[in-house]
Amino acid sequence: MSGYLGDVAALARTSLLLELRQRDTVPAMVLFVVSALVVFRFSLPADASDLASLGLLWIAIVFTAILALTRAFVAERDQRVLDGLVLATGDRSAIWLGKVAGVLAFLVLAELVALPAFALFFAAVGWETVAAVALANVGIAAVGTLLAAMAAASRARELLLPLLFLPLVIPVVVGGVGASVEPDPGRYLAFLGLYDLIFAILAWASFDYVVAE
Amino acid sequence: MIRARGLERRFGEKRVLAGLDLDVAAGGFVAVTGPNGSGKSTLLALLAGLLAPTGGELEIEARRDEVGYLAHEPLVYRELSALENLELYGRLYRVPERRERIGMLLERYGLWPARHERVSAYSRGMAQRLALCRTLLHDPSLVLLDEPYSALDADGARLLDAELAALTGERTLVVSTHDPDRVRPLATQEVSLA
Repeated sequence: MSGYLGDVAALARTSLLLELRQRDTVPAMVLFVVSALVVFRFSLPADASDLASLGLLWIAIVFTAILALTRAFVAERDQRVLDGLVLATGDRSAIWLGKVAGVLAFLVLAELVALPAFALFFAAVGWETVAAVALANVGIAAVGTLLAAMAAASRARELLLPLLFLPLVIPVVVGGVGASVEPDPGRYLAFLGLYDLIFAILAWASFDYVVAE
Repeated sequence: MIRARGLERRFGEKRVLAGLDLDVAAGGFVAVTGPNGSGKSTLLALLAGLLAPTGGELEIEARRDEVGYLAHEPLVYRELSALENLELYGRLYRVPERRERIGMLLERYGLWPARHERVSAYSRGMAQRLALCRTLLHDPSLVLLDEPYSALDADGARLLDAELAALTGERTLVVSTHDPDRVRPLATQEVSLA
């Protein structure tokens, strides 16, 4: 593979390799999401509906994503590797896309545990919820990675990232919950797809400005 | 190659660099000297394009990928090996025959036996040698070295002397240093920052 996509693949591979060696993001995400679901299980009244529990699933997913995003640029920030990558990469958006691929992989791994755990504690997960989670992952990774890069340059990064990220993913929660609980999930899934498309293009186009200095 | 007029850089209220004029022809060698906090690293970051000037003009006749920049940090992943780091940078810089180039640089800087070790296990001197390999990997036309002799042992310093001598005249060099006597014989001009 050569050119732009080759750069993206190399950077995504680097993210996965770093996680494979350090193992400090995915295990934390899995532990967090399972713990959150256990807490929710005991917080809900016994006669609570499955619809309420599906809302909690989305809360768990969004907060688990924050863990992945908080760590997304740690290696680049600590050693100023981002400066090296910015100089070396012809099109800087390749850095963003490589990181998005890495974050996406971490989210999928955490959800491979979270969705069966949810089924165990609450109720079976339908195809529409799985489809909504898959679509939501793309939007969360696209927006979150851009914000993580912005926050990485700040001293208050751990505070800044959730403050920027949560308002921007409210549509994802609306779409995800809607697709999970409404009888006609199609329009909510389409809404999530549209969100992914718009925000991925915006994030891709603006990453260059975010890392310009 | 480089033209600066009234170059200024502020960080908030603090002015680190003020009113600097600089002309460097292609193939020139600039030694940048000055005490701690005088703006040497800031000047090199401005020339690398990693910082934007807050005042004045700066023109550089080199694309971003034609700049080799050695910073205080090695700008490599600590949890990857030297080989993996240079493979990544070689691919991003589109270095032709990069395996051979990487092997040659690692041999020259004495890192070949440690090429599979993670950088986190390297001494500071080894990390600095790796940073020099990364800086020179893509054969840049503009080489910016921020205190390149720091952390190098006597052998490493001699290697760098030879490298700079080989590059002088062939590439444009800007080298910041606390030891100007070391580079003065090669330098075509000296910039002293107060």
